[in-house]
Amino acid sequence: MAKHHVTATVNGDAVEFLCDTQQSLLDVLREELGLTGTKEGCSTGDCGACTVTIDGRPTCSCLVLGVEAEGKSIQTIEGMAHGDKLHPLQQKFLEHAALQCGFCTPGILMSARALLERNPDPTEEEVRLWLAGNLCRCTGFHKIVDAVLDAAGEMRRG
Amino acid sequence: MTVENDVTLHLWLHKNIEREGEMGEMRYEAPSTLKAAVALLAESKGPARVLAGGTDLLIQMRSKRIEPELLVDIKNIAEMRAIAAEGGRFRFGAAVSGMELLEHEAFANAWPGVIDGVKLIGSVQVRGRATVGGNLCNASPAADSVPPLIAAGAVVNIVGPSGRRESRVEDFVTGPGKTTLAKGEIVVSFLLPERPAHSGDAYLRFIPRTEMDIAVVGAGVNLTLDGKGVCTVARVCLGAVAERALLVPEAAAALIGTKVDAGALKRLAAAASAACRPIDDKRGTKEFRIKVAGVMARRAAEIALARAQGKR
Repeated sequence: MAKHHVTATVNGDAVEFLCDTQQSLLDVLREELGLTGTKEGCSTGDCGACTVTIDGRPTCSCLVLGVEAEGKSIQTIEGMAHGDKLHPLQQKFLEHAALQCGFCTPGILMSARALLERNPDPTEEEVRLWLAGNLCRCTGFHKIVDAVLDAAGEMRRG
Repeated sequence: MTVENDVTLHLWLHKNIEREGEMGEMRYEAPSTLKAAVALLAESKGPARVLAGGTDLLIQMRSKRIEPELLVDIKNIAEMRAIAAEGGRFRFGAAVSGMELLEHEAFANAWPGVIDGVKLIGSVQVRGRATVGGNLCNASPAADSVPPLIAAGAVVNIVGPSGRRESRVEDFVTGPGKTTLAKGEIVVSFLLPERPAHSGDAYLRFIPRTEMDIAVVGAGVNLTLDGKGVCTVARVCLGAVAERALLVPEAAAALIGTKVDAGALKRLAAAASAACRPIDDKRGTKEFRIKVAGVMARRAAEIALARAQGKR
């Protein structure tokens, strides 16, 4: 069967790709577009490692078909830093040691950025609830939450 | 199918991930009209599925529990993506995502109990895709948006090869994974009735953690008070305590004609527990579910009462 021809925007760039119906957006990002920053964890939408935003909404890319990306604007972790300048969330994750193995980190950063875009001054509870769909098996989450709150403060101060 | 199909049931630590790749050819269509969608489904020779949020469907496909030959993506159909006030009533499309519904202020103010349920579906990421239509059609007895919709008196609009029909939400699911949908039929939208003054609704579920879990028991309560604070109308619906969400008129009757005082709440809890016919499973025993159903119904009624009184 012929592959689907899909046109989308990824990190601000127009992209085209071919995919089979059953290919997930995650597979397309990693295998067709070479964007391997987005990780595959559980493949069932529970761990959040594959989080990207689609038209601004955080989404598990494992639960999206590549063909559904037609006409959509997708942001991945590769679009987060500007050249050598890290996003404040990335910088704060380093400062707070909010990662150990780092596998969950791209997904958590994508989720956290979507939170701060909607709510620049979240409470600790709001951060924890928002990140409930992102599992980290190393840090115990405290440092992640601290880093997000610290980044939020810095971003509010501009 | 069992409740195990529900996306959030796939607990992260119990995984057998089967890789795709060996599946047969699968067609994908994304029509922009209901008529075209119905025709595609009705004419399909092999198994066909509607694709809305995909948060249950893609998992079932990947585990080969279902192997459709045709996917009909209904997200390009405008009617299925709309949220609109119709007079005093609300209608929302079956392909509206949970997050879109949660962000709709007028809807959230009118039906906070429905919002309670939708907020509990999966994570932010899952709610960004998952739809109430999918939550209903997946037909898990533990679906969190279904009890508050039934308590609200919601009606589901369905279109198929022989035209439109309506069904009360409580009549739509017939058992785990089973609905009244015939071949070619699609759930289009949900209609919530006009809201009288002094009305409130609420949904609560019991889970052993705070997020990302499947209801052990869920309870939705919707009630209306008169000017003197006496309950005139009530609907109570329990989730995860039977093969499908249960409307419990006996529990509602315990509230009607009362000021939802301690005695009425006690009778509500007893009636709710008496209606349960749950299974034993890893999330809870029969005895536990029966007891907790009463507790959840009582607490949900207390929140619905406070909302009806304008207190929260």
